Amino acid sequence: MSDMALNTPPEPGALELEEARQDNRSRWLLALPALLIIGCFATLPLLVMLVYAFLTPGDYGNVVWKFSTDGWVAVLLQRDIFDDTLMWADAHLSIFWRSLRLSLITTVLTLVFGVPTAWFIATRPREKRQFWLFLVTVPFWTNLLVRTIAIQELIRSEGVINLILLKIGIIDEPIQMMFTDFAIGFGMTYVYLPLMVLPVYAAVDKLDFRLVEAAHDLYAGRWTAFRRVILPLIKPGIIAGSILVFIPCLGAYVTPRVLGGGKNLMFGNLIELQFGAGRNWPLGAALSLTLMAIVMVALIYYVRVTSREREDV
Amino acid sequence: MSDTTLSGSKIETETVVPAASGKKAPKGYSVSTLPGFSIIAIFTFFALYAPIMILVLYSFNAGTSLAIWEGFSLRWYAQAAGNERVIDAAIRSLILAGSAATIASISATMAALATTRTRRFKGRTMIYALINQPLMVPEIVTAVALLIVFAWIKVMTGYTSLLYLVAAHTAFCIPFAYLPIRARLETMDDTLEVAARDLYASPMQVFRRVTLPLMWPGIIAGFMLAFVISLDDVVITEFVKSAGQETIPTYMLGQLRRVVTPEVNAISTIILVAGAVLVSLFFWVSRERR
Repeated sequence: MSDMALNTPPEPGALELEEARQDNRSRWLLALPALLIIGCFATLPLLVMLVYAFLTPGDYGNVVWKFSTDGWVAVLLQRDIFDDTLMWADAHLSIFWRSLRLSLITTVLTLVFGVPTAWFIATRPREKRQFWLFLVTVPFWTNLLVRTIAIQELIRSEGVINLILLKIGIIDEPIQMMFTDFAIGFGMTYVYLPLMVLPVYAAVDKLDFRLVEAAHDLYAGRWTAFRRVILPLIKPGIIAGSILVFIPCLGAYVTPRVLGGGKNLMFGNLIELQFGAGRNWPLGAALSLTLMAIVMVALIYYVRVTSREREDV
Repeated sequence: MSDTTLSGSKIETETVVPAASGKKAPKGYSVSTLPGFSIIAIFTFFALYAPIMILVLYSFNAGTSLAIWEGFSLRWYAQAAGNERVIDAAIRSLILAGSAATIASISATMAALATTRTRRFKGRTMIYALINQPLMVPEIVTAVALLIVFAWIKVMTGYTSLLYLVAAHTAFCIPFAYLPIRARLETMDDTLEVAARDLYASPMQVFRRVTLPLMWPGIIAGFMLAFVISLDDVVITEFVKSAGQETIPTYMLGQLRRVVTPEVNAISTIILVAGAVLVSLFFWVSRERR
């Protein structure tokens, strides 16, 4: 703030304008290496992919440089082999539905566990919160694949859960949990839970507890106070957390691949398939761009929610 | 609800924390208690760590079985250490993460210097958006986009080396390196630099002797974050790597298709410990500044 006042002259004359222009130029130059690297190896490839989505698949993967919109059509529809009529691509639709369903279930589950956890952390004495936050953050920064493997160890047929259930005698033979939708949902909930806790914590941290006291003074029970006072106040945090969980779930690749196996594909695995056994790069490109568009919409919503929250406080 | 009540109360939150308001409420009655919340929270903390702990525990199992405990042994660590493919992948992972994190933190430092401590200048929002672009696109999408471009280049030039991976990793590491460096710069005011300039230090001297030492903790934090992110990456590496360029995560992903031995647990444990140490260090370094 202070240097802003220092740097901005009250009345910019010609000299200052020239200086500002030079400063501007040197700032762009300074940022250039980072921008070039990201531009070449993250942004530009997306544009190339946009071109590829409008080409014809080659026989052995890759593409033939011939314009076609078949890739886009194939996202939702498929041609009958015999009479060329278009119909819904049921295989794709069921994968989209699984992605959506599992992402929503995961979001709800992370809410169920994440909101109380965030509440718990935010109501600890101030000096102890750092410790609890640290406990939530560390698993998040540890390797995603390793955490997925940990879940696999837990739910395999010879895994710890089955072992314990067998020992107690609740079941006679191991429950098949691996390679099911349950496994994917379970794994994603575990892996993405910290993404829910952190924004909800931030919201609870800002909560004015006098308002909760007022609710109690007006004879609201704990639940009524929670539902009518607390929940509306921490809603922006809950929405932010939900979007932060929902987005990576929708694009998940590792967790469904490890825990879902070859049959329970999600959006990300369907994309991979087109570049592997499917040998349909244009379709893969079109699917990727579709996923990206959905994520962008969610992100724009997220930015709007969080910026509104900032204005409010 | 008016904005003023909210913003006005913010300063007093410290004193309004339920524990402090005990004089009004009956003894032991706290408005911040919600039935069942603490139990769920404690369970969540337990559930966050239990799977990892089990994984670590079984990496020390003497037996081949992943289920039956046959006593403590370092057998699987020895096997991993003796496995040439593991060593090869580990060295590649470290070289990759080291070079990607180095390039990323240098260019992120420059970008942070360019975008902070200034009035709003033309295109600053654009620079922000571009730097954060890798965070906004699902990893799988970036991965296949890179696959397309690199496949093209590889066919054209016939050149396959680790450079593709370094480039890809550097790109998605930059936003992670940028965040802590920028945060550090924003908390620094320029009084010391102005003082140095007043004492006739050249711009280069000011940068080397004043600015750089001050922002060093941020750069270290950014480097470590980028290093961890690169080390952990599976998806983009899996799609960009040429034949025989396994990193530790892609090696493990490949192993999962076969019969899983506790060797994977042993490697996982090493990664966990390395990651936890780096992240703790990161927290420590970034806390220093306050």
